[in-house]
Formats: sequence, C-alpha cells, structure tokens
Amino acid sequence: MSEMSDLKLDGNAIGGLLGEIFNLEMTSAEGTCGGCGTVNAVGRVDVYMNAPGAVVRCPACGQVLMRIVHGRGRYWIDMSGIRCLELVEN
Amino acid sequence: MGRLIVPTKLSWQIGEVTDIVRETPRVATLTIDVPAWSGHLAGQHVDVRLTADDGYQAQRSYSIASPPEESRLAITVERLEDGEVSPYLVGELRPKDKVELRGPIGGFFVWRAGDPRRLLLVAGGSGIVPLMAMIRHRAAVGDQTPVRLLYSSRTFEDVIYRHELERLAGANQTLTVAHTLTRSQAPGWTGYARRLDGAMVEEVAWPASDHPQVFICGPTSFVEAAAGLLVDHGYEPGWIKTERFGATGG
Repeated sequence: MSEMSDLKLDGNAIGGLLGEIFNLEMTSAEGTCGGCGTVNAVGRVDVYMNAPGAVVRCPACGQVLMRIVHGRGRYWIDMSGIRCLELVEN
Repeated sequence: MGRLIVPTKLSWQIGEVTDIVRETPRVATLTIDVPAWSGHLAGQHVDVRLTADDGYQAQRSYSIASPPEESRLAITVERLEDGEVSPYLVGELRPKDKVELRGPIGGFFVWRAGDPRRLLLVAGGSGIVPLMAMIRHRAAVGDQTPVRLLYSSRTFEDVIYRHELERLAGANQTLTVAHTLTRSQAPGWTGYARRLDGAMVEEVAWPASDHPQVFICGPTSFVEAAAGLLVDHGYEPGWIKTERFGATGG
C-alpha cells in the first residue's frame, strides 16, 4: 500500500520503544495534549515512523506530542507537546 | 481496567522455533519456545529482531496469536514481498532456528475474559491475529460473553484460521463470524462480497444500546473506515480500541 494514510500508525506501534526507555507498559498511560487538551491513551495517538525517529501526534488536533530519536547509544525525547502524562501506580 | 500499568523488564530474548504452519499462501504461524516467557494477555504483541552478518538490524512488531493459556508463544506473520523481516520469517525460517524477540508489549489493545461487555471484533486481513488470541482466550477459559467477528479478506484463500473459526463458531452459539471477501469470491460463496459499509455494520454489529466493547485491527485505512462506520452506527469512540499496521510493516 502506498496511500498516505497507511503511513500513519498508532501508539501500539511504539509500545516496545517506550518500554525500553521507561521500563513500563506505556500504551495504556494517558497523555493530555498541550495544544487542545484532549486526553488519550498512548495506544490511541497517531504515530509516524517514516522519519529519522518516531513522531507522535494528537489524533484530535494534529499537534506533535512527542518526538523520539534513538541512535549512537542514546535517546532524544522531546515531550514538549504533552501537558501531562498520567500513569497508574502498580 | 483500561489504565493498568504493568512494570515490564523489556529485554531481548532468544526463542527456538518449534513449529511452522502455513495458514494461507502468504501467511504462516510460527510457534516459538521462549525459555523464560513471562506470559501474556490476549491482544499483545512482540518485537522480532533480525541481525545480518554485517551487524545491520531490522525489527518489526507481530501480534501474538496464541492465548495466554498456552505455554508456547505463537505469532502469525504475513509475508510482504518488499518487507525486510517477513520474507525471512515466512519462507526461510525452519524449525529449530532461533529468533530474537522481546515482549509481551502493550496494555491498551488487550481483552481479558470476564469483562461483561458484549464484544465486537473487526479484522482486516492479518489484523485477525490479535483478535484470534482473544477468541482463543475466551474459548480456553469457557467465557460466554457474546462475540461477533466481522472479518474482511481479499479472497477465500486469504482467510486466516478459516477452519478453526468455523469449528469454534459451530461449537459455541455465543460466537458469530461474518466474512466478507473484497476481491474475488468462489461460486456459491454466501458471505459478504464487498468492502465494509454501513449496511454490513448495521447487520453484524451489536446495536449501540448494548454499549459493546470493540477491537479493530488491520491496515490503517481499513481501521479508520471501520471505526468511522461504527461511530456512524451510534457507538461512542471510547468503546472502540484500534490497532493499525501500515507501510512500515513487513
């Protein structure tokens, strides 16, 4: 498939990447968009992997929530688009 | 329920392929023995990593097909001709070969038996895999939650788990399976013969007044079309959980 829409994945696709960074199951964590205030589980957000890193966007307004780049033994995590990330204590 | 956070130590493990079953011309199920497997939930996936002789690595996510009740892990993989990983997994891999994987991954797209809500499962192509783990989980524990599966495939030969679905639906009246074939149909085909549409959803999906729980898995365009039709049918977006696989797969 080459349709543009099929380049879009969802937060389930970065469950492994987030798991290796945070050592937590992150797809059920909930993030509040810093742009429009919509709250979504990470599993629900839009994810684009066809870039040098993963770009995570709010499904409601399109704001970039998170950018994650992994390389040369490091992670760069830009979370400036997320106002709040809520995790339930185990 | 939806926000349970399970701490995981996500490290790469080596599994040994014990069995390979060809499901369709392009799809195979690999059963993998992972010595320290921690167990999983229906709907979760694993990441599989291949390393070439020169150190180049390619990694893809595959849904777990086996229910939590089975000790051996099974993944069902569709071979994508231009893929980097799937042509190796479906075609070259043999029993006793080793594969590197990590998981289980995911806590959002997960169904646990005992949830009282009626269940609607909508699959496009190999999107059936995590939904099959849910159906098998339900069968393994004898859960009687009414389930309807709407499953879209290209052709009859592309229907994954066809016999098992027939058997399970025949043995248990609380499971209903509706197939649609979008590309070609054999003479005498009695299922649907078109892409998902509002009339099909009207006939197959639970009425909105039932407040069902919905899992949709398939290519991104399929998932978005199906979710849109269900919202038009009166479902709340919050009832619907989706998992997409797109052009980065394979």
